Amino acid sequence: MKAAVLVFPGSNCDRDCKTAVETSVNGKVEMVWHQETELPSGLDLIVIPGGFSYGDYLRCGAMASQSPVMAAVKREAERGVSVLGICNGFQILCESGLLPGALLRNSGLKYVCKPIELTIENRTTRFTNAYGNKQTVWMTQGNGDGNFFADADTLKAIEDNDQVVFRYVENPNGSMNNIAGIINKAGNVLGMMPHPDRAFEDALGSADGAPMFKSLLKAAVAA
Amino acid sequence: MKAPPLKAKVHVFLKPGVLDVQGKAVEGALHGLGWDGVANVRVGKLLEFDLDGSDPEAAKGELKAMCEKLLANTVIESYKVEVA
Repeated sequence: MKAAVLVFPGSNCDRDCKTAVETSVNGKVEMVWHQETELPSGLDLIVIPGGFSYGDYLRCGAMASQSPVMAAVKREAERGVSVLGICNGFQILCESGLLPGALLRNSGLKYVCKPIELTIENRTTRFTNAYGNKQTVWMTQGNGDGNFFADADTLKAIEDNDQVVFRYVENPNGSMNNIAGIINKAGNVLGMMPHPDRAFEDALGSADGAPMFKSLLKAAVAA
Repeated sequence: MKAPPLKAKVHVFLKPGVLDVQGKAVEGALHGLGWDGVANVRVGKLLEFDLDGSDPEAAKGELKAMCEKLLANTVIESYKVEVA
């Protein structure tokens, strides 16, 4: 599997994502700086990592969504390449319009940093098909703006189209419908606040993130 | 001689239906200080900048485009522009 991890000024999970893909599925990972206007050819996966791109100035993910590399990501996403946005990456995907909704300040006003349990709501996606019958997973959460919001019509459409992939068992931040992660209609762009990249082997406290990369490997081989 | 720039102001606030947790916290703090009459606090942003041009109406159009593209996230925020 060939993957690219984007690097913005202020990204801090970019190396985690690289290691997660390498360790989980022995993928080949290239780091791509945000000023690049082209992505490497033949990618199976683009990862937009967590962190505080551009210092969260203006809004989380707002500046990053306008950076040159995101124009290339949009082109690749339209071609059907898998895009995974984690934490700040989810915020960037929402800001760029690749995913619906937005992430607001956590309802408790606090930065939430802890292991968190999620239900898998849709196990047929290319990101989740290797989870088998596993009902819940543990990953870690670390953000101040993870409170998913969408207007009533958008929220209904997300639910009706089975675009909710993960929900919190216990809602940590006020997210509507306990939403922790959603996928686009086409099924190739996933955004989630919890970190599969911090949960890919038992030494990290959970290996529940690894099946996500294994799912993506299956999709890459099948393509 | 170059004309002086227009002075632009852009106000960005969370839309009415979107919970403003910062506003709620500030409101609670003001109540705690004894200002019981305070209600509906909203915390927003004010951006000020200079803008080349002499036509305020054309400038407002530019500012709206800036808001739609970057300065506001219209999923959750509304904006108001001023030019002087």
